[in-house]
Amino acid sequence: MPRSRQSRIGRQPSQLRIKVIPPLTVAIGSMITALPIITDYPILPPMGLLAVLAWRLIRPGYWPVWAGFPLGLIDDIFSGQPLGSAAFLWSVVFILLETVDRKAVRRDYWQDWLIASTAIIFVLIGGMLIVDFRSNVPRLDLLVPQILLSVLLYPFIARVIGSIDGWRVAS
Amino acid sequence: MAPPNNRRPGFSKRAQYSIFASYLLGILGAVLGLLLLLISFVDPRGFSALRTAGAEVMAPISKSLSEIGGATGSAGDEIVAYFNAASKNAAMQRELEKNRSEILEARALREENERLKRLLKLDEEVPDSIAMARLISSTASSSRRIATLGVGSSSGLEPGQPVRSPEGLVGRILETGPTTARVLLVSDGNNVTPVQRARDSLPAFATGRGDGTVDIQPINIGSNPFKAGDLMITSGSGGLYSPGIPVAVVIRKTETGAIGRVLANPAKVSHAIVQPIFQAETMRQIEKNPVPDGELETGE
Repeated sequence: MPRSRQSRIGRQPSQLRIKVIPPLTVAIGSMITALPIITDYPILPPMGLLAVLAWRLIRPGYWPVWAGFPLGLIDDIFSGQPLGSAAFLWSVVFILLETVDRKAVRRDYWQDWLIASTAIIFVLIGGMLIVDFRSNVPRLDLLVPQILLSVLLYPFIARVIGSIDGWRVAS
Repeated sequence: MAPPNNRRPGFSKRAQYSIFASYLLGILGAVLGLLLLLISFVDPRGFSALRTAGAEVMAPISKSLSEIGGATGSAGDEIVAYFNAASKNAAMQRELEKNRSEILEARALREENERLKRLLKLDEEVPDSIAMARLISSTASSSRRIATLGVGSSSGLEPGQPVRSPEGLVGRILETGPTTARVLLVSDGNNVTPVQRARDSLPAFATGRGDGTVDIQPINIGSNPFKAGDLMITSGSGGLYSPGIPVAVVIRKTETGAIGRVLANPAKVSHAIVQPIFQAETMRQIEKNPVPDGELETGE
């Protein structure tokens, strides 16, 4: 039966779309480093991380606790960090978010932003310290522009992910 | 948004176990990540195939986009330049507050600039390049400073080869794929470049600081003879870089050495030139015109 004649009521979106879209958007976010943006500084916000945080906070039920590992691994391939860096840090973020979800009584927009910002700061600082702990500790101020940019960009990314999510579950 | 309230396990043992198992899997992921990290520290080249594959897959996108960027007035570069300008401005303001004597720097820089231009003229006589290509992307979101070059092993690139631009040394090849190569930039924290002062060949090491500057440490520890405006060039020791490639200009002194700004800003480098490894090239020339054994011995 042609799709256009089908009733819109009770129609189910394809399972593939529901399952694949969230990890796919995160992977695309990680691949943003392939754009010809060449900098002397770590300045580009970690798009993969922003996307995964937005998805995790919008759809807490979708993600298993271990999802940080494979997604982080994909991010590692494109980010230039030593392999395993994001896989470890994102796993920790997922475990902490799971715990927060279980403890939290209510959640609002500002709380989401605060949680995302904390996670961004944790991952960026952690990533820099993983590269070289001893000589990078006194140089953490290097990350301030990137952290600010990422934190300010998060609400926008969350909005974009939210609309993608709306399309994902819409029939 | 309220979290879904069916996530509290209550008294059901089964629900509690399943939560415990999910946590266990999450922790397993973290531990695996740590293991991978350990492996990548023990053997930094270990996962290069994976990263190279990633770069190769993305190469068509990077290359075509960087071509478009070049054609339309490099919009990406301009955005980056804008961000760089803001952070550089802030950094400069801090420096000014700290140190008023930096006003003198401008004059010194101008003199060094002239010297640099003279040097470049000298340098243009020995181009001997393997390949010339664009930097097509970089690790802009990581604190590592690695860029991707638009040519690879099919053009004769090998790990270790120096990459330079007309302005100065850019870095060296770290990993190669068929059509892409990853370049460890001079300003990466893991990159140590043997340098010397252009004026009097004072030997030193330049270690990257991850923000477009290098930490310059003299080999004779104890003395700190650097002045703002000193030009540092490659010394040729270590055998990777041919001597005389401009690397950095000293912008301020520190307790044990100096901080230098890297001359070849990868964000502005339009084309990078890949050169053969200096020592290997010398060896090839020696093989071509054999020198008596005695002369080789004195070279060491």
